[in-house]
Amino acid sequence: MPSTAATERSPAVRTLLRLWPHLRPVRARWFSAAVVAVLASLTSLVIPLVLKWLVDGPIADGDTAGVWLGALWVLLLGLAEALLFGLRRWLVARPLSSVEADMREALYRRLQRLPIAFHDRWPSGQLLSRATTDLMIIRMFLAFPLTFLLVNGVTILAGVIVMLSMDRSLGLLVLIPVIPVIVVCTVFEKRFAEASRTAQDQVGDVTTLVEESVLGIRVIKGFGRHRSQARAFRELTHRLRGTELRKARLLGGIMAVIVVLPELAIGTCLVLGTVRVADGTLSAGTLVAFLSTALALHWPVISIGFLLAMSQEAATATARYFEVMDTEPESAADDRPATAASQALPASPASPATSASPVSRATAKAPTAVKEGGLRLEGVRFRYPDAPADAPPVLDGVDLHVRPGESLALVGTTGSGKTTLTALIPRLHEITEGRITLDGVDITAMPREELRARVAVAFEDPTLFSATVGENVLMGAADRDERTDPEVLGRALGVAQAGFVHALPQGVDTQVGEQGLSLSGGQRQRLALARAVVGSPDFLVLDDPLSALDVHTEAAVEAALREVLADTTALIVAHRPSTVLLADRVALLSGGRIAAVGDHHELLRTNAEYAWLMSGAPLEPEEARR
Amino acid sequence: MKAPAAQKHDERDERDDRRDGRSADGHDARPEGRKALTAAPSAQDAGDAGDAGDTGDSGGAGDDFDRDVLPTPPGATAGLLRSLLAPLRGRVALAVVLLLLQQAAVQAGPLLVAYAIDTAVPAFRVSDHGPLLLVAVAYLITAASSGGLEYAFITCSARVNQNALLDLRGRIFRHAQALSVDFHERYTSGRLISRATTDVESLRELLSEGLQELITVVVSFVYISALLLWLDLGLGAVALASFLPLALLVRSYQDRAGRIYRERSTAIAAVIVKFTETMNGIRPVRAFRREDANDAEFAPLNERHERTNGDALVEMARYVVGSRLVANVTVAGIVLWGAYRVADGSLALGVLAASVLYLRRLYDPIDRLGMFLNSYQSAAASLEKIAGLLAQVPAVPEPAAPRELPPTADGRPGREVVFDSVRFAYRTGGEVLPRFDLTIPAGQTVAVVGSTGAGKSTLAKLLARFYDPTEGEVRLDGVGLRDLANADLRRGVVMVTQEAFLFSGTVAENIAIGRPDATREDVEHAAKAIGAHDFIAALPDGYDTDVRKRGGRISAGQRQLVAFARALLADPAVLILDEATSSLDVPGEQAVQRAMSTVLKGRTAVVIAHRLSTVEIADRVLVMEKGRIVEDGSPRALVGGEGRFADLHRAWRESLA
Repeated sequence: MPSTAATERSPAVRTLLRLWPHLRPVRARWFSAAVVAVLASLTSLVIPLVLKWLVDGPIADGDTAGVWLGALWVLLLGLAEALLFGLRRWLVARPLSSVEADMREALYRRLQRLPIAFHDRWPSGQLLSRATTDLMIIRMFLAFPLTFLLVNGVTILAGVIVMLSMDRSLGLLVLIPVIPVIVVCTVFEKRFAEASRTAQDQVGDVTTLVEESVLGIRVIKGFGRHRSQARAFRELTHRLRGTELRKARLLGGIMAVIVVLPELAIGTCLVLGTVRVADGTLSAGTLVAFLSTALALHWPVISIGFLLAMSQEAATATARYFEVMDTEPESAADDRPATAASQALPASPASPATSASPVSRATAKAPTAVKEGGLRLEGVRFRYPDAPADAPPVLDGVDLHVRPGESLALVGTTGSGKTTLTALIPRLHEITEGRITLDGVDITAMPREELRARVAVAFEDPTLFSATVGENVLMGAADRDERTDPEVLGRALGVAQAGFVHALPQGVDTQVGEQGLSLSGGQRQRLALARAVVGSPDFLVLDDPLSALDVHTEAAVEAALREVLADTTALIVAHRPSTVLLADRVALLSGGRIAAVGDHHELLRTNAEYAWLMSGAPLEPEEARR
Repeated sequence: MKAPAAQKHDERDERDDRRDGRSADGHDARPEGRKALTAAPSAQDAGDAGDAGDTGDSGGAGDDFDRDVLPTPPGATAGLLRSLLAPLRGRVALAVVLLLLQQAAVQAGPLLVAYAIDTAVPAFRVSDHGPLLLVAVAYLITAASSGGLEYAFITCSARVNQNALLDLRGRIFRHAQALSVDFHERYTSGRLISRATTDVESLRELLSEGLQELITVVVSFVYISALLLWLDLGLGAVALASFLPLALLVRSYQDRAGRIYRERSTAIAAVIVKFTETMNGIRPVRAFRREDANDAEFAPLNERHERTNGDALVEMARYVVGSRLVANVTVAGIVLWGAYRVADGSLALGVLAASVLYLRRLYDPIDRLGMFLNSYQSAAASLEKIAGLLAQVPAVPEPAAPRELPPTADGRPGREVVFDSVRFAYRTGGEVLPRFDLTIPAGQTVAVVGSTGAGKSTLAKLLARFYDPTEGEVRLDGVGLRDLANADLRRGVVMVTQEAFLFSGTVAENIAIGRPDATREDVEHAAKAIGAHDFIAALPDGYDTDVRKRGGRISAGQRQLVAFARALLADPAVLILDEATSSLDVPGEQAVQRAMSTVLKGRTAVVIAHRLSTVEIADRVLVMEKGRIVEDGSPRALVGGEGRFADLHRAWRESLA
């Protein structure tokens, strides 16, 4: 964008320059459109000149042929102007839509590959507004402010030259209000932008309140709080109204200035021009043409203010867009070819200090990896990247071994980090220290794709996507063959006791999720479980998979799940004894480490904290002190 | 003068684009159907009629709710608009008068030019300065007054708009709050939110910009046409004749663009849904390696939007070319004819100049008319949806003449609950609870067990008066729930559900929802009683931690504890727990039970649980199946018996062993 390169210092300009790579593929069209726009504007300026010639020449002389010629010119210029305006729009319509679409797709791709920690920090609404509103603002900027800052500059320049050449003194006179109008516009834009931002924030507050009062309707009704909600709402909307009225006053003020100042100048020109026409020092045609030209420049001058404001807005939108695009996606291990087998330890986040620990000894014995099989966590420490620096880590040295084919239940108090731990295994979060191996292979050394193909997860909060029941479940399937095999689907649904799907309107082809039928918590949980087991994964991670099931269903699911677990290496987060009993052994997570591992009944007897968690029996005094 | 008009038009067009985007995605991109991350699913636990395919039923298969179209009574849309503007009649009239005057002042300009050329110039030549002075003064006055009137009009109309919107927002909000839980379960939260936000927003755009535009366009059309006719009948007639092709052009644009705009907003909505769903479900997306599949699914949606977007812009280009062509051809024609007549002396030069100036102004607003039509269409659609919502009658209305609850018997905190010949069925048919009678004495704790779909939640919701029974009556200490004022009802009955929704704000504020006048000590006391104090104190700002901000990671179990602390603080006579402990671990559940036997001792309690551990503290157990109470007795009696409960209980004891 050479036209803007001159003012490199401004950060807004530098931000906007980052759009160039996206604009590049359509640059030919864009520049043609800009040229066409300049031509169209110039055409509009020429029409008054033809009128002047017509009035002063053929009309005054009664020259019929000249009148025809003049009218023909007006017609041709009019046609040209109309076509040029259309051409400009047509030239950029599709290319700029495609710029917008490409940027959106790039954003979507990037977002899908950013670390989960990023998504924890950013509400989806914030991301969405980048993908929609911000990109529209950017497209608009490329279509208008960018073009018209150029076009208006040229138009104003040309118009001024035309007016000055028609009559020097009148030309200077009509230019007088340009400076104050631009100044007032700029000042106003700033204040108006501030008021707009305030209004936007207040609309956001109102929306939040509306959202919450709809989503939390049962709480509000349950506690009879609708009056206080209505009061809060009234207060917020009144405040919003106040801001909107302030905006209107600002707008009214600026419009008044914009209307009055140029009109005064034009009025003065009219009076002086009339005197001069009467004197004979100015032709009537010149006066008409001059006034036409002056009126034609009215809008380009005013528009500079808001074009700049729109550019500013576009710069903000661009900055917001690149805020996301500049974030690093999950580390490159993804893209690396499968050097995984060679146990590329250095790729792990483990510091040299830890690799000198037992960890490196474990790798030294690589040939014995088969014996070291299963899922192994060694010295795993984890703290959330956004946690305050002085906060203790959530996991602080977890050592755990789930033997091949074994299922291990993970138990701990609410908030002890069980769910966090499950997220580390498919590398949804990166461990801070230590290492995790699957069948002896460090998970950081295998491509994420492969890791996640081997580990299937059922989350505590079961999310279904807008797709059919079948598609939702088969997402967990390993390959295409499985994905189309009705038996595989049937088996998975059977394990999860999800027979209810056959009673849905279209059976397994029923649409669910945001755009389909909404299912109860228990139903969704069963589908999520089916999704986790459908691919017969090597490793299974289940986060409290039965919490929303009623007793009957729970018992049935447990029975079916036992068969699946018989030869699967599984880690199961459990709150209840019934879930724990699915597993071969239990591990107790306490204070960020594994406090005990063993058989359920054994731990019930020997470990007070475990007994307390599972049966609620108070801690025995001497054990509690321990 | 054409350039500015077209350019202004461009800018409006684009602004309209933006509105369009916004209306599809919410004021700052909150899509329809979006659910807050913290939100509980809009679970179809309506009567938790889950398993047997009743999800179709409770969603009301085939009823209006599925299609986001609530029946709008005929004339309701116009009636709504009328009722919004009626109280503002005076201001509306004032705004119209201001606009008429302002347009008169604006349109006087070219007239003065004509007068100056045709009258003032000759007069000045004979040293008559009067006419010129008149021109000068008149121009000054019109300039000043058009500015002043512009200001007055903008502020006056803003007041009309804002008052109408304030009224509308309030109505939607209050109405949504008054509608029953039954309604909320069927009308998804996303739709309701977009009624109150994007739909109001599109009306705002129409009122604040579109309407002013329309009036300006109409007024200036009328003024200018009249002036042209007055200046010269022939030239004016030519100008009027050009309205016919323009009208056809506007009409065809409206049809075509309307269709494309609708397609585009469907397209962007699809993009938004896919986007939001991916981001909200990013964990399963990653865990099940959906990234590439998602890319492939997103691309066609995005392309479809790109295509319709391009179509809309091309359509607009077509309209601009068309209207400009008509306008410019007319101007050329008038110039030709006018020039001839000036040449042969039948027309004054000034009149021709003024006519040409007016003509250009005449055609300026035509482009804008297209924009107005777009915003009008979208606002009309929105208003209709809002009218449909407001036409919904609250199924659970507050009584007109409420009765008061009698003081509790001998000062005990609990109250007696009676279900008297109660039957409940959905409006769409399916019976959930056949007729039954049930009396729960004051102070009794009743556990309700049964499989999904047995009707447990429906029973609870009838007692909380989230629904009213189809037949029969639910009474609290002899007073029907229908006759209780809302405030009394909520002092009497509080329900804690599985979905522990947290409002934005601090933890303390969330607990204080139970009793807004509670002191910090009360709040902490409640939290301690439920065993939530420790984890709250460990949050970055303790009780003042904002639950929506950084560091506010609160697990599902912890949310349920906060929700329970609310109930403790509310201290109701009757407490209903609907799966309120599903995410708690055993100690957490026991803390809840402890609190019930200490802090809430003597209250009547109805506890629905999947966990049989809950049953142990109950005085009485109801086993429900297919909407009927099949077993009723003390836990000991039932456990000792041979019924279903005994089977369940045995299985559960085994799991504890």
